[in-house]
Amino acid sequence: MELKLTTKEFLEALRQDKLLGLRCRACGAVHTPPAAICPECDSLDMDIVELSGRGKIRTYTVIWTAPEGFQPPYIVSLVELDEGPWLMGNILGVDPNTADMSLIGRRVKLGHRVLPGDRYSAGEKVAITFATED
Amino acid sequence: MREVAVVGVGMTKFGRSEKTILEMFSEAALEAIADSNLQVKDIQALFFGTVYGGFAEGQMNMASFAAHALGAHNIPAVRYEGACATASVAIREAFIWVASGFYDIVLAGGSERTLVMDTSYSTRLYEMGSHHAYECPTGITFPGVFALMANLYASKYGIAPEKLKEQMALVAIKNHHNAMFNPKAQFHKEITLEDVYNSPMVASPLQLYDCCPFTDGAAAVVLAPAEMARKLVAKPIRIAGIGQASAGPLYAQKDITRIKARELAAKQAYDMAGLTPKDIDVVELHDCFTIAEIVASECLGLFDFGEASAAVARGETQLKGRIPINPSGGLKAKGHPIGATGAAQVYEIVKQLRGEAGERQVEGAKVGLTDTLGGDLATVANIILRK
Ligand SMILES: [Zn+2]
Repeated sequence: MELKLTTKEFLEALRQDKLLGLRCRACGAVHTPPAAICPECDSLDMDIVELSGRGKIRTYTVIWTAPEGFQPPYIVSLVELDEGPWLMGNILGVDPNTADMSLIGRRVKLGHRVLPGDRYSAGEKVAITFATED
Repeated sequence: MREVAVVGVGMTKFGRSEKTILEMFSEAALEAIADSNLQVKDIQALFFGTVYGGFAEGQMNMASFAAHALGAHNIPAVRYEGACATASVAIREAFIWVASGFYDIVLAGGSERTLVMDTSYSTRLYEMGSHHAYECPTGITFPGVFALMANLYASKYGIAPEKLKEQMALVAIKNHHNAMFNPKAQFHKEITLEDVYNSPMVASPLQLYDCCPFTDGAAAVVLAPAEMARKLVAKPIRIAGIGQASAGPLYAQKDITRIKARELAAKQAYDMAGLTPKDIDVVELHDCFTIAEIVASECLGLFDFGEASAAVARGETQLKGRIPINPSGGLKAKGHPIGATGAAQVYEIVKQLRGEAGERQVEGAKVGLTDTLGGDLATVANIILRK
């Protein structure tokens, strides 16, 4: 059975700051990144939708010991989108040296950043990013 | 389904080793086989775990080589990988085949060599526990995932960040203290609050002493039907309950102060054993980071949600506390050779239930629980053992 929305299609949209997801026709739930079946009700009947890319920071960390290819410090967060799904992304426009718990709850808007691939990444990496809106 | 027992356990000293993955595994396995009053020729199958074997030594098909290396030349051997839960996943598979009657005597466990790899390469490899396309490109790290958990925990339960920092540090101090009495532990060094606070920041709020170390080591167990076990050894330890569950990538889990894979796996184990968290006397759980121990103890039902960090500060999880957690020193101080960790947890609980744990013995322990978590909270396996 062919998947409705693939990783490649999701990442191509992300490269234009568009956040694609799937809306279930059976239960109405919206999810992203793409999954084979509705995570809420297991239905296969889903439509591709564009999400707002807006949400709020639920938690964050400043990475000081980084994997090869990354320059610390930088911020990684989990964001709860207005439509319900959670996404991991880098927080841009906030100084990692002064980031604190007041970040939690801040409104953010999705963007992206392209990084060179490494020997394990199956091509270029496209990171989800979020910029603060308030 | 037949009742299954652990008849023998073995593990190497954890820490830095000059030995290969297979040499370490042979040492642990031969110790477990001798502990079972069996010989290598009695082993019918090998359930072998390693996570980074291919990256550390460039070796493929390691299960077959592992069987050969310990002298079980031609038995069927299968490699398991479930990130840090690897060995517990392998033991559960072994349990199922013995319970089913297909095999009688099987060997299960794991081996890992991590210290030959430098920190930035290891950090890249450990990051593979996150989703490769949607999460890894952010530069998330393994400590980073648990740092996200710590800040969410503080925010959700309204705990001041400085207070949670201290409660987390007390987990590290406790586990380092317990490891003082474990000759096979990687560290034999008491630490203080100052040591934790003065250590380098890894992923805020987690500092180096909030994190388990890189470790080389191996551990193995021998399983047999309970009826046969009683004839083999004086103190067989029964597997009363066992469970395993999955949860996928971090983004799909949302609130990571509740670890769904763990809550489901633990329920399977408790239900199979006909026991509740109140019946558990001693626990070896997955303290890869200090916050991980706090959250795990809640998901296992040992404390109410949001209460475990305060319970640590009250000493309830110390060796002589209400519910001793990680008497071995845990991953934090005993060490965490990832693919071996689950088998090392079973090793500790078996020693505790036999009354062979020396100075770290939990008095009168009759029922013990292991808890092993793999990747970004994506795989959890739990085992309940009883005398
Ligand atoms: Zn649905």
